[in-house]
Amino acid sequence: MVSDDVLQMNRIDKSFFGVKILDSVTFQVRRGEVHALVGENGAGKSSLMKILMGIYTSDRGEIILDGQRVAFHHPREAIAHGVSMIHQELMPVMDMEVAENIFLGREIAARQAGLLGLVNKKEQRLQTAKLFAKMGISIDPKRLMRSLSVAQMQLVEIVKALSLSAKVVIMDEPTSAITDKEVDTLFDQIAKLKAQGVAIIYISHKIDEIFKIADRITVLRDGQLIATEDAASLNKDRLITMMVGREIKEFYPKETVQPGEVVLQVKELSQKGKFHDISFSVRRGEIVGIAGLVGAGRSELVECIFGITRPTSGAVLLDGKKASIRHPKDAIRSRMALVTEDRKLTGLNLKASVEHNISLVGIQSLSKYGIINTRKEAAVTEEYIRRMRIKVFSRKSMVNALSGGNQQKVVLSKWLLTEPEIIILDEPTRGIDVGAKRDIYLFMGELAKAGKAILMISSEIPELMGLSDRILVMAAGRLAGELERKDFSQENIMRLASKFEANKDE
Amino acid sequence: MSEKKQSVQLGSFKELGIFFAFLIILAVLMILSPNAFARPANLINILKQASINGILATGMMYVIISGGIDLSVGSIVALSGVIAASFAHPGEYPLIVPIVLAAVVGALVGLANGIGVAYGNIPPFIVTLGSMTIVRGIALIAANGQPVFNVTKQFERISGGFVFNTIPNLVVYFIVVTLVLAFVLTRTVFGRRVYAIGGNETAAKVSGINVEQIKLAVYTLCGFLAGIAGLLLASRIISGNPTSGQAYELDAIAAVIIGGVSMSGGAGKWYGTVIGALMIAVISNGLDILNVSSHFQLVIKGLIIVVAVLMDIKGKAGR
Repeated sequence: MVSDDVLQMNRIDKSFFGVKILDSVTFQVRRGEVHALVGENGAGKSSLMKILMGIYTSDRGEIILDGQRVAFHHPREAIAHGVSMIHQELMPVMDMEVAENIFLGREIAARQAGLLGLVNKKEQRLQTAKLFAKMGISIDPKRLMRSLSVAQMQLVEIVKALSLSAKVVIMDEPTSAITDKEVDTLFDQIAKLKAQGVAIIYISHKIDEIFKIADRITVLRDGQLIATEDAASLNKDRLITMMVGREIKEFYPKETVQPGEVVLQVKELSQKGKFHDISFSVRRGEIVGIAGLVGAGRSELVECIFGITRPTSGAVLLDGKKASIRHPKDAIRSRMALVTEDRKLTGLNLKASVEHNISLVGIQSLSKYGIINTRKEAAVTEEYIRRMRIKVFSRKSMVNALSGGNQQKVVLSKWLLTEPEIIILDEPTRGIDVGAKRDIYLFMGELAKAGKAILMISSEIPELMGLSDRILVMAAGRLAGELERKDFSQENIMRLASKFEANKDE
Repeated sequence: MSEKKQSVQLGSFKELGIFFAFLIILAVLMILSPNAFARPANLINILKQASINGILATGMMYVIISGGIDLSVGSIVALSGVIAASFAHPGEYPLIVPIVLAAVVGALVGLANGIGVAYGNIPPFIVTLGSMTIVRGIALIAANGQPVFNVTKQFERISGGFVFNTIPNLVVYFIVVTLVLAFVLTRTVFGRRVYAIGGNETAAKVSGINVEQIKLAVYTLCGFLAGIAGLLLASRIISGNPTSGQAYELDAIAAVIIGGVSMSGGAGKWYGTVIGALMIAVISNGLDILNVSSHFQLVIKGLIIVVAVLMDIKGKAGR
């Protein structure tokens, strides 16, 4: 009988150093379906996909692709058989142009001259432009990769994977860095691919997104298959319960806090070319959200408030007094904290231990005459590991061995150690699993309750609506509007976020 | 979880690996040459031979951990040696003058390097390549191209003397410098920040660290230590030679790398650098005693550096 499955991974086992990562997992994907693969970090999703791509070898089990038993030993074998993967962590060559990245490793050469063949850049650009046009993307193929935004790079990466004419495309958190509008473009593409019979394995932490796009959902937990079900027969709560193995009462815990006095006031703050004339204030006990599309100037705004960059005009007032913040150290002295957007790039020292990362900002308070009290440092670190529920083998473990969620908790710990009064969070839950997300939401609630002022940027609208007391919406570098809790809705936010759309490029 | 555990073990195994390699080399040389190499006097001699490079390597280690490199230390050794010897003629200045001047000259060159790197935003390789050449030129100008002889007995005793008539002064300096700077690196806020800026400069800045200040301090420290090394060398060779210290920067870098400090910054242990410096001295001394020609010695030294870095890379990949 001819099976409808384009891919079958049957009873896959995989152990690392004696610990079972995958325990007899069976995963089957049909032609032309979007199959979501979900689970918390460490559930085994990546390992399963790495086995499929030939990065790992399974200990047991078989992979059947298009009715044939296969075992890939290298990603290029997988790609040659029509299985390609869009990685979460982008790996573009920054100093090459967009078209060159698309055709990296399979350059269009003038003649069959092997490695010596001259690359036909013109043809590559032409082909790239065609691919972009087909997908409704307006990026100039001649632009340098470096000059693109993260979202644009992601789109390029997606186009690249699709141009490999695949049977199965694995998308690992494809929307973690792109805006809702771009997500729509991506989903349109996915729909087109489906129609052509391409199967899509979709890995995401965003539950809403999964229900929007997936036909079927497979849940993994602790290396075991929990279930594969039709998306239509599941709901959000059941899915989360299946993923975490316990019931989560309310996903966005919102504490009711009576706001106190204004602590942070931003007055007509502008930075040339980035944002313009921004004014708002945040009170004690308040969580203020900032919504907007990528490129709206949200990160630039908070980086400027924190002293990483300088404003061209305007002022920041702390407790009603004009503050002179010229460097992050001034902001820290004024009891501010900034959890930056990209924890690997600007949040963590990946070459250091969990302990040294946690103590980095607050080290002065743990030392006397410049000499660190290591006993105190260890005690404080252990306390935060416990309080933040950081899953780690030891405080001396390297931070790069941790999952995204645990890394984010390390970043939060390092800032909380300074006992800040104003906490700015830029995409605090990007790319982290449901359990860790929930933990971070709970901490935000606790902090607000303790009278801290919280300013949070997020591209996940449900998260913003679930946690904020007010939402500021930015568009094209300007404050497009402010919404009170009673006016929160996806439509209201999107309407404001696209307010100045006309004069935006792309 | 298991992967995390494994990486911890690998990390410590890697450090131990360098230590074992050192012990094996030591053991092999002792077996091959029990009467010459293994003599206590020779072992102390090895420590003495390691000391000047060890002091340079300590400064270099700070620079490399901070994410930089300093090619100028060899030239600083020459310049500070010339300056020290010039102020050490009998009957002219008290002994403290050449000592302080050598250290100050070194620190000033280091400060200039630091300004170029931290505030000029010039890559450290370029800045110190430039100062390496400039400082060598200044040393030759200051000494008129000739070695500066005629120094006091006291000056000679700085490096030539012994503690308790057995341990050479040089060895004592090496130990003191190593212990003090190991403490600074591992136990002070400054040391922690050196690692932080080498590990992730942007994250360090966002965390409120004055990155420029730390870089300035690191290069100044490295220059200062090179100045001290120049003083010690001048005392040992009883003259200030403007052509001395050639390629010393490479031996210092080699010691740091053999010791497992990451070339890209942010990681490394002080005792690795000590072992690195000792290893270089042991190999030179051992091969000398075994009558291996100096030409072959270069080949062997080079191979050891490459193998050390290979171990470093394998260690990381094994994660």
